[in-house]
Amino acid sequence: MQHKVIDVEDVVIRFAGDSGDGMQLTGSLFANMSAVYGNELSTFPDFPAEIRAPHGTVSGVSGYQVHFGSGHVTTPGDFCDMLVAMNPAALKSNAKWLKRTALVLIDEDTFDEENIRKAGFKTGNPVTELKIEDRTVIVSPITTLTAESLKDSGLDQKTVHKCKNMFTLGMASFIYNRPIEHIFDYLEKKFGKKHPELIGPNKKVLTDGYNYASNIQAIANTYTVAPARMAKGLYRNITGNQAIAWGFLAASEKSGRPLFCGSYPITPATGILEELAIHKYLGAKTVQAEDEIAGVCTAIGAAFAGDLAVTTTSGPGLSLKSEALGLAVMTELPLVVVDVQRAGPSTGIPTKTEQTDLAQALYGRNGECPMVIIAAHSPAHCFDAAFTAAKIALEHMTPVILLSEGFLGNGSEPWLIPSMKDYPEIHPPYASAEDSPFKPFVRDEATYARKWAFPGQKGFEHRVGGLEKSPQGVLSSDPANHELMVRNRAEKVARVADVIPQLETDGPAKGKVLVVGWGGTYGHILSAVHEVRKSGREVSYAHFDYINPLPKNTGEVLGGFEKILVCELNGGQFADWLRSKFPGHDYIQCNKVQGQPFLVQEIVDAIENVL
Amino acid sequence: MAKYTFQDFKSDQEVRWCPGCGDHAVLAALQRVMPRVSEALGCEKEDFVVVSGIGCSSRLPYYMNTYGFHSIHGRATAISTGIKVANPKLVVWQACGDGDALAIGGNHFIHAVRRNVDMNIILFNNQIYGLTKGQYSPTSKFGAVTKTSPYGTVEYPFNPGSLVLGSKGTFFARSLDSELKLNEEIMFQAAMHKGTSVMEMLTNCVIFNDGAHKEISDRATRADRTIVLKHGEKMIFGKDRNRGLMLDGLKLKVVTIGEDGVTEDDILTHDAHSDNIGLHTMLADMKYPDFPVALGVIRDVKDVTYDESVQAQVEDVTRKARIKCVDDLLRSGSVWEVQ
Repeated sequence: MQHKVIDVEDVVIRFAGDSGDGMQLTGSLFANMSAVYGNELSTFPDFPAEIRAPHGTVSGVSGYQVHFGSGHVTTPGDFCDMLVAMNPAALKSNAKWLKRTALVLIDEDTFDEENIRKAGFKTGNPVTELKIEDRTVIVSPITTLTAESLKDSGLDQKTVHKCKNMFTLGMASFIYNRPIEHIFDYLEKKFGKKHPELIGPNKKVLTDGYNYASNIQAIANTYTVAPARMAKGLYRNITGNQAIAWGFLAASEKSGRPLFCGSYPITPATGILEELAIHKYLGAKTVQAEDEIAGVCTAIGAAFAGDLAVTTTSGPGLSLKSEALGLAVMTELPLVVVDVQRAGPSTGIPTKTEQTDLAQALYGRNGECPMVIIAAHSPAHCFDAAFTAAKIALEHMTPVILLSEGFLGNGSEPWLIPSMKDYPEIHPPYASAEDSPFKPFVRDEATYARKWAFPGQKGFEHRVGGLEKSPQGVLSSDPANHELMVRNRAEKVARVADVIPQLETDGPAKGKVLVVGWGGTYGHILSAVHEVRKSGREVSYAHFDYINPLPKNTGEVLGGFEKILVCELNGGQFADWLRSKFPGHDYIQCNKVQGQPFLVQEIVDAIENVL
Repeated sequence: MAKYTFQDFKSDQEVRWCPGCGDHAVLAALQRVMPRVSEALGCEKEDFVVVSGIGCSSRLPYYMNTYGFHSIHGRATAISTGIKVANPKLVVWQACGDGDALAIGGNHFIHAVRRNVDMNIILFNNQIYGLTKGQYSPTSKFGAVTKTSPYGTVEYPFNPGSLVLGSKGTFFARSLDSELKLNEEIMFQAAMHKGTSVMEMLTNCVIFNDGAHKEISDRATRADRTIVLKHGEKMIFGKDRNRGLMLDGLKLKVVTIGEDGVTEDDILTHDAHSDNIGLHTMLADMKYPDFPVALGVIRDVKDVTYDESVQAQVEDVTRKARIKCVDDLLRSGSVWEVQ
């Protein structure tokens, strides 16, 4: 049948189903296909902590949102143009994200009495009960159609059942005119060696879903989203966790120091350890430690022995590592600690995103114990952030905390692949012949960094440890020496400001309102600021990648504005940091602590309230 | 390579343990054995790293003129693991106490043993927290009266040997602080052993737990209450060298040679290299007064080490990989060109 083809600028699709329905794979395949097609895009996996939560319940719904467009796409989108709901629970928990014009695709076969009851509906008609009758609801017997499609495949019923996500992916691909050949390639790679018998059936279901969508009356229109005008070059999709792992590999290559990662599995940071374990062939040594403390302590040991040492974790793990981080500060060893933040406190909501560990990163250790803190602002930026964190750690002989977020770690975006020749070399301050006999805490006059000598090097034997020492490395409880060492360690961290970039302002350098953000809120705030400007009002935006030390011109930038609106996914921790460093400004807070990213609209509203 | 004397391993730091503390003797044995270890392993002074946690005995790295790391309470084993994985050529020694290694650091301890990381752990067991001035430790005897157990403890102690062997440890030895010669020998064998070598040193804390090991360490009765095990030699002990160990069904029993028809041939021969961890465990578990306490190297078996395996795996996959550098990696897999 004939469909009207409508060109649109961007589209948001949310795939939602039971946590075993394969929605994460479906969403990421749709994203990859759109990236290859040439769209800009941003993704947001939103899943429960349970691997297989109770079947059919709202708590077990797993979602994956893809936002793709022909223009600049910086967020996964607030509301969706299409919702794929594989069961009543998925519809129930996601109906609130539907645009007025949205399409809803539901699997009729799962909308039986039992599943409707399990999802907590009061009536037998979810669509009416949710008051979404005005949307275009496409009701298709997806489970039955998948079974029909595979009836001659020879596959068992369970495997057939698992293929229904491919049917929906086929339907979505038709509706948005996506090239499904790309998914064929993927299926061949995924199943090629181990399960070649699954390639054919998956291709068939995908194609049948595509064809089915083209035949039914319910789909009147299809949509195209033209490729974006992206800079020329080679691209790949990358998640934040993957980018952090690769950034460390890059820093290892540029410094010549072997990479060591000591970590303990924890959501949502585990992907970094897994990624590094894969890439042992680039020299990465990974130790899956017995606990978080051993993770950081093995890394500290490796740093003492001369490796580029990293440990990766999330909030509760950072709490466990606190004491050892003090040891790294005291022994002045290079170390990068990655905290992929999640909703806390305590176990909190492990799979949900937040920015609530900032205060812990800044202050969460005993004694005067400052550390460099850097924050990544997008999945792809995680690569540069990890590289920079490692460079600073190695060149300034200090532990560095790299703050990421669940939203960045699991989220992905297309990335213009850089060339390593464009990245700087990394030069740690190695001890040289004139430093023997070695005095470990004698400092460079400019950076205040100490020199680095490690076991195996003749003539530099020395002892380090958690006890206070004199610059010569001798144990000392002398009051004046302690204060001197405390000040020196703080000064070393402060002087990192000499090598980090100045804070830039998007928009005029002076005005009424400066919006301020840090970390993974970048895309949302940027979209909101541009949205506000569309209505002719002036607003500027400054985003902080460097938290401690802050860029040198921070005071100057803040001084250019009457009001400073600090947007962050916590109760106001960065606002408090700015207040303590640059008092006297009118700081206004825009906070959200729901385990979810901002909606662009929420920030737009906050800006309009201040303007 | 350089020829060393024990003086080369003494640092210029003043040793600050209490006069009469058992740790002095253990340090002396370690400094004295180092030249021999260095020669046997063909390594230089700069290849040694001495790591410790927190506690009296953990001050030891400051007294050794090698690379050293005095870390935090309980974590020495994890730090040592990192050092050894980073550079398997280094020779890692670790000093830790019973509270340090078996209470706060218990988890790291058993996992290092399980992994068989190549390091030499000297476990100073004085059955007390000394640096915090006299609280009971996980090896204090049941009922021990200490500052935090004024009415006696109501918990059973760990036997470090059982813990090591229960974790399938590849090397376990035990000795008394004052057995200088035996300690040098144990330390040498520990250094030659590839894998986690645990040496339990029963040390005396003169201030807070004086005489904790007295019932076996007293010179007058030591020969009757301990047995020094040597690989390949009969398990014979006693002042008169006439008592020995035999198997009675699945249990050990103490016998006297010349009584009840027992001859020297009936006495067990110690095989430290045997895979049979059961007999080693029984030997490590022997308690006075039913048995003599076993000293010497109880178990010393070959197995692959963790640090070697990590390195071998890295080398193996590196050789096979088509991706040789980060630029290759970035361009691997699913990529697309925007024209």
